[in-house]
Amino acid sequence: MASLTPLILTPLFTALLVLLVPGNYRVVVRALAVVGSGLTAWLAVLAFFGFHPGQEGLQFESTVPWIHVGTLELAYHVGADGLNIGLLLVTGLVGFASVLASWNIERNPKLFYVLLLLVIAGALGAFASHDLLFFYFFNELALVPTFIMIGVWGRGEDKTYQAFRITLYLTLGALAALAGLIALHVATGAKTFDVLALKAALAANPLSPTSQIWIFALLLFGFGTLVGLFPFHSWAPGGYAAAPTATAMMHAGILKKAGLYAILRVALPLLPEGAATWLPVLAWLCVGNLLHCGFVALRQKDLNLLIGNSSLAHMGFAFLGIASLTVIGVTGTVIVMVAHALLAALSFALSGYLESQTGTVDMTRLGGLLKRMPVFGTMLVMAFMAGCGLPGFANFAGEATVLFGSWKSLPWVVLAAAWSGLILGGVYMLRALRAVLYGEERPELAKVEDTGWWRRLPLALLVGALLLFGVAPGILSTRIEPVAREIVKSATRPPATTAAEPVAALSH
Amino acid sequence: MNDYSLITLEILAVIVGLGALMVDLWIPASARRALGYGTAAALGCLLAFAAGSLSPQAGLGFHNTFVVDDLARYFKTFFLFGAFVVVLMTVDFAPKIGSGLSEFYALVCFALVGMLFAASANDLVMLFVSLELITVTFYVLNSFQRGRIASLEAGIKYLILGAVASGFMVFGIALVFGSANSTNFGVIASRQAELAHSTVFLTGLLLVLVGLGFKIAAFPFQAWAPDVYQGSPAPATAFLAVGSKAAGFVLLVRLVTQAVPQIAAEWNRLLVVMAAGTIAYGSLCALPQRNLKRLMGYSSIANAGYLLLGVVAMSTSGSTAVLYYLGGYFFTVLAAFTVICAIAEHVEGDDIANLAGLGQRSPFLAAALSIAFVSLAGIPPMVGFFGKVLLLRAVFEGAAAHPSFYLLIAVAVVGVVLSLYYYFGVIRSIYWGANPSSLAPISTSLGTKVALAACIGGIVFLGVAPSSLLKIADQAVQPKSATAAAQHAAAH
Repeated sequence: MASLTPLILTPLFTALLVLLVPGNYRVVVRALAVVGSGLTAWLAVLAFFGFHPGQEGLQFESTVPWIHVGTLELAYHVGADGLNIGLLLVTGLVGFASVLASWNIERNPKLFYVLLLLVIAGALGAFASHDLLFFYFFNELALVPTFIMIGVWGRGEDKTYQAFRITLYLTLGALAALAGLIALHVATGAKTFDVLALKAALAANPLSPTSQIWIFALLLFGFGTLVGLFPFHSWAPGGYAAAPTATAMMHAGILKKAGLYAILRVALPLLPEGAATWLPVLAWLCVGNLLHCGFVALRQKDLNLLIGNSSLAHMGFAFLGIASLTVIGVTGTVIVMVAHALLAALSFALSGYLESQTGTVDMTRLGGLLKRMPVFGTMLVMAFMAGCGLPGFANFAGEATVLFGSWKSLPWVVLAAAWSGLILGGVYMLRALRAVLYGEERPELAKVEDTGWWRRLPLALLVGALLLFGVAPGILSTRIEPVAREIVKSATRPPATTAAEPVAALSH
Repeated sequence: MNDYSLITLEILAVIVGLGALMVDLWIPASARRALGYGTAAALGCLLAFAAGSLSPQAGLGFHNTFVVDDLARYFKTFFLFGAFVVVLMTVDFAPKIGSGLSEFYALVCFALVGMLFAASANDLVMLFVSLELITVTFYVLNSFQRGRIASLEAGIKYLILGAVASGFMVFGIALVFGSANSTNFGVIASRQAELAHSTVFLTGLLLVLVGLGFKIAAFPFQAWAPDVYQGSPAPATAFLAVGSKAAGFVLLVRLVTQAVPQIAAEWNRLLVVMAAGTIAYGSLCALPQRNLKRLMGYSSIANAGYLLLGVVAMSTSGSTAVLYYLGGYFFTVLAAFTVICAIAEHVEGDDIANLAGLGQRSPFLAAALSIAFVSLAGIPPMVGFFGKVLLLRAVFEGAAAHPSFYLLIAVAVVGVVLSLYYYFGVIRSIYWGANPSSLAPISTSLGTKVALAACIGGIVFLGVAPSSLLKIADQAVQPKSATAAAQHAAAH
């Protein structure tokens, strides 16, 4: 593969093709969507394993000039490095799995698949782009589809409220980030929004600490809101619970990572003074994610809300790795992003299947399902074990790496994180398993059926990837580490020698 | 100095209008539909003529009161496009208008002539006359549904407030003439330094701005917009929303960047307050609206505020952004109103809740209306997104020198977030509104399909490939044309 462009265009063209099929040819619509997203996933796998870990610079790079007017030069610039190659892979996989998991969409499947494919294309484009305006452009492609999908195919009484809430929160975050990006672009005096060009311009002409601090604040607030950083997180659990399964999978799994990705790609390396000011704040905010959201998850009776809150708690690990600003911590953050993408998608796929069978995700009305649904039950046990950090799953690899990386600089936060991840996580995950799978069988649930072959495929795909990266995290870390080193180096430049030493010590 | 080749377009537009009136005398009432399509076709030919190689030559004429430059050509093209789509959408709206259809088409053409002159006005008198031609035509267009009280009310309100604004403006022009001895933009520009100290001149200029503020519905001269938008027949509202507003903006841009750039730069605080107030008023008042056309009225106020961002910035990139945003705004608002006209026969009333079921009744119209609102909300890949990025960028560029701009940016960002609530409320009604009154499919006429294809094509194409229009817009606001005009005028 020479470029990432086919990877982005495949779901886009599939969406166009589906649009041309008459709405009542449901089988054709489904088949097209499955083939298109399957092809996308295959291209993502090819890109991931075709990526050369040791190589300098961007791979699969391509650039197409877009605008060249006056003082504005923008280009479509995509390419892969260690930071985004893993995310591209999981986007392809989760996208495919979410299309497969949408088998029970009966109302207007054509529109649903068009919107879902747009979300997939947008996420791939966002991760692949190195021009910040294109990043924003692609990331926002998901906004309208999300709104319509929650509204039309969503679950629950308050889906309209949730659709508006998630849309307004995400827009507020995105616009704050956009203001930050434009401010950065104007302040550097560069003509482009290209990360590499901005970096070069800043190296020649560093920004004043004041502007760095302001711009970093905008980016952190904006992108943080997209991730669900405490205290701007309240949109997430309710929104996911109201969203149809595929949307929840894509959003909790993939789109949320775009905010973290942007912080790693833009805010940290370009604004070292801003990072020095705000990362300590971030360290305390992520305790909010870890503990507050963990405790909230503990109280949930609705399985979707539990998964949503637990996913926010896991984002705390990702933020902790960023706040530590060490090579190990940042590497761990990226592994957590990849692992959590798979885990969140898997959890929502399972809860979606559960709801389609039992008609509820209220855990007080479930029980004893393991006997009737052994395969589903096994998958759920694996997913939740991965969620509370059982070794062997990718999440353990990521979270442990983050904890190692952060121990020296942020021991108290690490304590909170370990407590949240291991104890709180263990309590609510195991309680959920007991409520759903064990206990007395309920007569009203006698009709449930286990997953069929077709429905096992997406689950198996996600579990397989979680296990693969859990058993051999080196596949990821060798790709990520050089970029993480680069990010940490540029983010800690100005205080010069003193701050750089512990980093060097840890990374050896 | 009377070079009639400069005003070929204007003359032809008058002929089209008169032609619609005359032809109506000879054709049977049953051919009214054909009359509409004929008028649209004639305007379409003019559009091709203006955009093609036959576009009017650059130059000054009529004692320097009339200028043809890139800026004028840019706006003339959009005015022609606007009139073309408005006539097309009127064909579907015709049953609601009833009698006097040919007059409606003719008046649209005459308003168009006013806009074409406004695009070229290089003199305060030409500015006033062209604005009056537009305004007086709209007094009639707004109250065209004589049997509907709301329409008459809209006409009267527009008449009274418009007359007051005209009064302010003409008084201002008199003061300017009294102090500057000229009403010509070029002469005023060359004597700016001395005029900047003349209280009479500044007062006059302020009053002219009041008049223009009324045209573009900027705070605090915005009060008429919601009532008039709601009451007027939908095609008239559409033309008012795009044409009249754009005419106000081309005059504002020309006045501010070519006639009095230094004085306007000193007034940036005034403009900041105006822009922030306009955005805040439009966005906040739009939140509780349940009537689609009234919502468009408030949205139009908010959008005037966003456009003012580019004027506030007082830079080439700011003016480019204004032009680009207005270009996209034409496509977007016309698309929305074309759908409103197309469903007028099938959906009772303008209430947003009545759109329920549109997603099933006509997926095409539903998608078109949604795309228009998504673009208005400034979300990629639609044209509205890139327009807002350019405007914000222009303000950020000026912010280092004017800290108050940061506040303006904050207001604009909050305004955009609020706008999502009311625009997405419409999308919500379209796709999952409760209790649809009917689920009968809605058929779309050929004219509507052509108009919507052009508008949606413009929204998406300019959103994905902004380069083409952006280049033209950038060309149009380069200062060279202004200085050439000023020098030319000073030489006389």
